[in-house]
Amino acid sequence: MIVGTLAAIFALALLAPTLHRVLGKATGYVLALGPAVGFVYYLTQMAATATGKSTSVAWTWTEALGVDFSLRVDSLSTLFALLVTGVGTAIVLYANSYLDGHPKRGRFFGYLLGFMGAMLGLVLADDLILLFIFWELTSITSYLLIGFDHEREKARKSALQALVVTGLGGLSMLAGMILLGQIAGTFSVSGIIEHHHVLTESPLTLAAMILILGGAFTKSAQFPFHFWLPNAMEAPSPVSAYLHSSTMVKAGVYLVARLNPAFMEDHVWQWALSCFGGATMLLGAYLATRQTYFKKVLAYTTVSSLGIMIMLIGLGAPQAAAAYILAHALFKGALFLVAGIVDHEAGVKDTEQMGGLFGKMPITAVVAIISGLSMAGLVPLLGFVAKELMLKGSLHAHGGPHDIAWLWPTISTIAGAFMGVAGLQAGVRPFFMARTAEGEYPKHPHEAPPPMLLGPVVLTGLTFVGGLFPALFANKLINGTTASIAGGHEVELVKLSSIYLATHPSMALLLSGVALVASVAIFVLRRPWRTITAPLDRLTTAIGCERIYHLLFGGTVGPVSLATVQTKVLQSGYLRVYVQITVMTALLLAGGLLLWQGGLTESVSQAMPRFGEIAWTELLFEAVLVAMICVAAVASTQMRGRLSTIAVLGVVGYCSAIIFVLFGAPDVAMTQFAVETLTVIIFVLVVYHLPRFAVYSTRLGKVMDASVGAAFGLLMAAFVVSSFAITADDGISWYYNHHALPSEAGEHAAYGRNLINIILVDFRALDTMGEITVLGLAAVGVYTLLKLRHEKPAQGGVA
Amino acid sequence: MELLLAIAVGFLYATGIYMILRRSFVKLIIGLALISHGANLLIFAAGGLTRGKPSLIPEGEEQLSGMYSDPLPPALILTAVVISFAILAFTIVLVKRTYQEVGTDDLDAMRTTDR
Repeated sequence: MIVGTLAAIFALALLAPTLHRVLGKATGYVLALGPAVGFVYYLTQMAATATGKSTSVAWTWTEALGVDFSLRVDSLSTLFALLVTGVGTAIVLYANSYLDGHPKRGRFFGYLLGFMGAMLGLVLADDLILLFIFWELTSITSYLLIGFDHEREKARKSALQALVVTGLGGLSMLAGMILLGQIAGTFSVSGIIEHHHVLTESPLTLAAMILILGGAFTKSAQFPFHFWLPNAMEAPSPVSAYLHSSTMVKAGVYLVARLNPAFMEDHVWQWALSCFGGATMLLGAYLATRQTYFKKVLAYTTVSSLGIMIMLIGLGAPQAAAAYILAHALFKGALFLVAGIVDHEAGVKDTEQMGGLFGKMPITAVVAIISGLSMAGLVPLLGFVAKELMLKGSLHAHGGPHDIAWLWPTISTIAGAFMGVAGLQAGVRPFFMARTAEGEYPKHPHEAPPPMLLGPVVLTGLTFVGGLFPALFANKLINGTTASIAGGHEVELVKLSSIYLATHPSMALLLSGVALVASVAIFVLRRPWRTITAPLDRLTTAIGCERIYHLLFGGTVGPVSLATVQTKVLQSGYLRVYVQITVMTALLLAGGLLLWQGGLTESVSQAMPRFGEIAWTELLFEAVLVAMICVAAVASTQMRGRLSTIAVLGVVGYCSAIIFVLFGAPDVAMTQFAVETLTVIIFVLVVYHLPRFAVYSTRLGKVMDASVGAAFGLLMAAFVVSSFAITADDGISWYYNHHALPSEAGEHAAYGRNLINIILVDFRALDTMGEITVLGLAAVGVYTLLKLRHEKPAQGGVA
Repeated sequence: MELLLAIAVGFLYATGIYMILRRSFVKLIIGLALISHGANLLIFAAGGLTRGKPSLIPEGEEQLSGMYSDPLPPALILTAVVISFAILAFTIVLVKRTYQEVGTDDLDAMRTTDR
């Protein structure tokens, strides 16, 4: 059944374009069934996994590498699988209306469901390599989805940026996973966690951990890689809601949570998670207050939220992390969908240009304000519960650097205040405040159709109900997931059912209040706030990796990128430059190796004494042949006439044929004679259709090319000489020799006396067939080139 | 003789590379031909030379014995000779056709599809 949910979604992804052609408008309703069935299945699993049970299926995949196709459903996987399938169902329905009339809607569904399958596989995989494959698959499908609107350059560039950043991180992660597998002796995730004491003994564990974090941090947009996520907002809104808030960007968080039991006692792990997570949280939330575009506000708060989750895991507060993952998916998914609705129905992207939309789209407005306030952490919403747990967790940090324990509640409060500003900006500003912008809305704003509202309304409903009755989610989802993240370790669980029943004002509640007051203050004074903080922009853009990215791959910042330079140098479009670079590289690498290994002089002296063994007349004859080849070769480069060049080329061919005769290869010689004759004939036939030789190069250019050629010739000669020292194992020839004729009746043999012949037509007959195919193709090519006449397009004006 | 062949191989590669680096399309083909001759001789020489003993099993015997020339390099070369002939024939016609269509055999003038 687990595999069934996965396979069904992938199958629907493949079928989506065809289905769209057949069903048209109804496609989304059919496709939504796939994730919906999966959602129901994982709901039924929820009760069992919460008690710590897990179901798994496994097949051996690549036995030699120890890689299995194994899936495992535990509480953490269930939480993510529910998000992937649940939010996924809503997104498919939403996108069906959002892209109504879009010619590429079928393709979009294909990409979207492909991503969904990959993401589901990622959270279910119990094998590191399998996890990596699904991980990369999400990167690729995300690339296709961000760049879906591929006719806009910005969409393409953002898609590429996301792919490059997450792809590089993925490579780092693969290296880390292989290392981890080597250390633990298994690629099985549950196996590694079970035997995590092995990890503490190996000095390579640190390297593996850092490499894996490289993957997790790029995927989850942690500082300093946070820049790609806001840029990815070029994607259509349903994609932003799905990939860039609820699912894909949480893959890094998932991986960290998944591997936490194996590493959680390591101080580097705690430090790295809490410091990078904390920095991301603070920076993301601050940048969110500086934005006014709906989706950008949400994007930066997402960066911040991802930082919070990573930080909480690092601080040893898994319950807070689990609650925050759930709360964030609900409110942020809804808000992104609202952003899409407002853009779709009113045609405005800037929140400051909006206002008074409550009257025009009341349901959307209610959804937005509830979700926005949940993001701000207001009672009685799920966001409040998550924020309480987060503040409690940062007050009683178990992991991370202890001597700066005061830091965590401080930055959490500041970030909470900034998040509140963003929540008000997104949830209140467009709907409940008067519109100050001049003119009418570009479109006539109205309520979205029901399929588009379904997702946001359900998500917001859960935010509301979950906030009122936190115990509803507590036992089955949050506490089970907490246990998964913490491994076998004991964690203090805050009783969620009594979170509102605090008998005395707790420190967390106080900080929460401070943050809320600060949010309202900053929101009211948002214009002066943005003016005051504007000078800081230089600093905030300077501390990320975005500049480095632009320097390497080109973009809006920086004049010339490394990519441009290397394309100009390596991809000049001049054939001879390509040849030069190839030859020079070969010279450097192969020549360097040859010099480094040495032993050339021995090879030469080994070949020397053979001179004495043969008659000098014979030797003289061979020397003359070789001299003729050399002279003819040089002459062919200097001849001015076309015919004479072809003639000297023939000399080279005939002389080498004679050499084949002398050294026991008459078959080759015969072929060479025939081919050489044919070549000369063909040349002569077309020679008068060929241009006369023109002199294009300068003298200096010729000298340069000649020295490159000479150096390469020297290298090849040295290769031949160095091969003399190698006594090859003649096992292959021995085999051919002994299987040419049957030594006893009934034995398999080639039945031929000419060894070369039987190699070609018997032992290696398939190769010969390939060779004949090449000949045939060349013949077809020659025929078409000679016969096919290309109609020249009529050129208007010029006769 | 092996040393002499090494020299010939060196000359063929050197002149071949030089010709490939020319801007003229026709010279490029001559370079290709020179390099394929060089490659054939390289395989031949590297496989070890045996004077005048072709790998033919005489009548009445079941296999070769004693010194005989290794049949494997010639078999490889035979394939290479035929394939390089096919490529050469194709490129010669390609040059002819290109020259007819474009009116030049300057490779630098053929960098783009725009005329």
